[in-house]
Amino acid sequence: MIEFYMAPLIGVFFTVAVYLILSRAVIQMLLGITILGNGVNLLIFTLGRITREVPPIVPQGLKQPLQDIANPLPQALILTAIVIGFALFTFLLILGYRAYQELDADDTNNMRLAEPTGKTKPPLSY
Amino acid sequence: MISDQDLGITLIAIAPFLAAALAPFIHRFTKGHSGWVLAIIPASIFIYLLGFVEQIARGEVVNAGFDWVPSYGLRLSFYLDGLSVTFALLISGIGTFIILYSGAYLKGHVHQGRFLAFMLMFMGSMLGLVLSDNLVSLFVFWELTAITSFLLIGFDHVREASRRAAIQALVITGLGGLALLAAIVLLRQFTGQWDMSAMFGWSDAIKEGGMYLPILLLVIFAAFTKSAQFPFHFWLPNAMEAPTPVSAYLHSATMVKAGVYLLARFNPVLGDTFEWSLILQVFGGFTLLWGAAMAMKQTDLKQMLAQTTIASLGLLVLLIGIGTEVAITAAVLYLVSHAFYKGALFMVAGSVDHSTGTRDIGELGGLWRAMPLTFAAAAIGVAGMAGVPATVAFMAKEEMYAILELSSISDLFTNWTTTLAIVVMILGNAMMMAVGLSMLFKVFFGEMKTTPLKPHEGSLSIWIGALVLGGFSIWAGTQLYYFTNTILIPVASSIAGYGVEASLYIKFSMLTTLPFALSTLTWILGVVIFLAIADIRAIMRSFAKNLGWSFDKIFDWLIFGLIKLSARLTDFLHHGRLEIYLYVVFVGFALALILPLFGNFALPTMPPIETISFYEGGIFAMALVGLAAVVMAKTRLVAIVSLGIQGFAVALIFMLFGAPDLGFTQFMVETLSVVILALVMTRLHLDQRDFRAPMEIIRDGGLALIVGVGVTLVMFSVLQTTLDTRLSDFFTLTSVPLAHGSNIVNVILVDYRGLDTLGEISVVLAAGIAIIALIRIRSGGPQTGSGILKKITGGRRKKTAMANKTSKTSKVAKASKSTRAVSSRKASPAKSKASVEKGRKPA
Repeated sequence: MIEFYMAPLIGVFFTVAVYLILSRAVIQMLLGITILGNGVNLLIFTLGRITREVPPIVPQGLKQPLQDIANPLPQALILTAIVIGFALFTFLLILGYRAYQELDADDTNNMRLAEPTGKTKPPLSY
Repeated sequence: MISDQDLGITLIAIAPFLAAALAPFIHRFTKGHSGWVLAIIPASIFIYLLGFVEQIARGEVVNAGFDWVPSYGLRLSFYLDGLSVTFALLISGIGTFIILYSGAYLKGHVHQGRFLAFMLMFMGSMLGLVLSDNLVSLFVFWELTAITSFLLIGFDHVREASRRAAIQALVITGLGGLALLAAIVLLRQFTGQWDMSAMFGWSDAIKEGGMYLPILLLVIFAAFTKSAQFPFHFWLPNAMEAPTPVSAYLHSATMVKAGVYLLARFNPVLGDTFEWSLILQVFGGFTLLWGAAMAMKQTDLKQMLAQTTIASLGLLVLLIGIGTEVAITAAVLYLVSHAFYKGALFMVAGSVDHSTGTRDIGELGGLWRAMPLTFAAAAIGVAGMAGVPATVAFMAKEEMYAILELSSISDLFTNWTTTLAIVVMILGNAMMMAVGLSMLFKVFFGEMKTTPLKPHEGSLSIWIGALVLGGFSIWAGTQLYYFTNTILIPVASSIAGYGVEASLYIKFSMLTTLPFALSTLTWILGVVIFLAIADIRAIMRSFAKNLGWSFDKIFDWLIFGLIKLSARLTDFLHHGRLEIYLYVVFVGFALALILPLFGNFALPTMPPIETISFYEGGIFAMALVGLAAVVMAKTRLVAIVSLGIQGFAVALIFMLFGAPDLGFTQFMVETLSVVILALVMTRLHLDQRDFRAPMEIIRDGGLALIVGVGVTLVMFSVLQTTLDTRLSDFFTLTSVPLAHGSNIVNVILVDYRGLDTLGEISVVLAAGIAIIALIRIRSGGPQTGSGILKKITGGRRKKTAMANKTSKTSKVAKASKSTRAVSSRKASPAKSKASVEKGRKPA
């Protein structure tokens, strides 16, 4: 069962991804998100069970494949996921780039526009 | 079947809301006469309700309504008996004059249309509340009265005192509303009924069941908060911040009576027990004395009236608590008479305020000549307050003193609770009478004083209401036979839960009875207190000054404490450090992965060892190398290239295991990603490394490792279950015959799940548009942006042109205040644009 080799590999993908996302550097987080996307794709792929080297294609002229083929469903899901993941990646990249230009910071601790440092001043009136 | 009657009765509660929706428009078209137009609604409701009086007087009840949520057995049902119809008559009758009064009182106010809409909404809620049979709709209307009261008290929302009073009333009555909801749920659990009328048969079962005390306490809490009983009374005087029509309507005649109504309604179900009478008598009696005493302290007309209203509500609660036939008859009489005289007096207070510009009795005097009609209304009102014969209040007082049945002097001691109640009532009534007298004499007699405005009689709408209410007070106090049979007996019977007998009369033989003697005592006491009221006031004020605390202060302390607590909680939860937020998220993720494994997870039996071919192993190794390199990379560029390595490894895995489409897509995406990332990176001047303290590396790495292991273990346990392939099989078998495509993955994407793919394309498109927007739109930095420039540390880049630009624009903003602003502003965009261009070039 090749899947049992895949599982630890995917575990490593997740480990690296989480470690990178927990960084304070925006670029590092972006790398982490990309790797997390790959990890999740592989996870879906593996849980759909792996069949070696037989793509889910019906031979010409037949109505049904002759032999066991790879599970087509996870592949369809992942194909969508890869494209959306790419869109997310580019969007986040540009967002980080612009944030860097506007806020002059790539360390999330210096991005305090929405949540300024210092104690909240409770509004003690009606 | 829906009959006309169902529709008509439902419309009583709904029509005011419809009118409220139209009120602002009606006001716009009719201007100064909107009061007259809108008063048609309550007037017609009043007339419609009058049609039921005869039927109710015969002892019948009317049920009406619609199915609401039939699957839960909920009906929007209404129940008309003596109690509810009398309340509804008071609400719509007084409401008619209040709407008229509001039309004149707030004439020319910018938001008069809104005000009238609020008033009508309140009227609808109040009518719905008293007519509801279904407890759920009763609760909904109950809360609606609290909300509309909030809107009305806070009508003048530019003043903080007004906002505070509105919030205070909402908080306190809102708490009561929650208690009512809890009580309703408990009642429903116990009886399986939603309808009030169905509860009457359950009285004994509820009292014997274990849930009696909780239900009782919740109902009483709800009633006490709404009807301003001690210690929840303090919101009512503050509610006088509302415009006077609101005080006259909500805070004397209707809404504050809702609590009393609730107690009266539940009396047949929950009443007549030791707990019931104890709690109601103690709190009612105390509230009576408290309110009457506090009223003497005031010099503001509305405050005096508000405090005596608290006292009157206490008296009503006390009488319901006593609960004998006589006491309930007295409560009904007092309820009606109070609605008449207190509503009238509030309108008088408003019209005095309106025409003189002040409400302080110290600044007023001798107004009877200038405002004869208002004076007449005030005189009848105060006569009611004092219980002068010929007003219905006199009968009320006679009846409440009649609860003392004395056959010998020793009865005073054996029935000491009744004696105590009588003493409390005499004291309370006397104090209220003194307050009423001081209002009448200070304001209308004595010498004229100069007031902010020149006193004059208001228009018809201003004085008609008070005068008509006074007229009713005398009508009910003289037409005793008719009043007794149409109002008194039906109402008293619905409160008591059985047929009450009562007959009222005025004759000379009364003069020798005990109640009359007690009434006389009250009058004498009242006059005595009136003569000494100035001294009493001075003493009470100095006492209150020295006391240093009040219920208001406690309320503020609680509310501000809550606000401070939330501020602290906010600081704790919203510390603004993204990596900690994410850490918490991933801790949750790790727990979600690991915890379920402990329950039903035996570590997966070791999978059969299978040799994998060298190229498979090689690709796995390549992925691992790529991942490790991303983390270890000394420079950002190396990290990006390493990202490509693991991405290509993933693509190869797809290729090997029967997914060539995925492989191709992955290759393209991965290549593009690396290229774009590298391009952008060259334009940024970032720290080359990800700086983390050793402790942080251990903390983050540990969590990451737990997540990774968790994912692996979960996958192991999932892989040992059998895969459900029904959907995949369906796609495989039907791909060619149905969809005429041999590449099954493609068929799924463009055919079976075609809409999903359209969605996917839209997402990519949206992302593209967003990216263009992000790149094109340049704000020149947020207004506060220059304050958060990142600290320049060693080894970091030089300040870029972008930063220069930011500081420049902020300088420009400052400069624009000076006279030279124009020229510098003109010059700067070009300059800063140039600096942007410079900044874009790779360094």
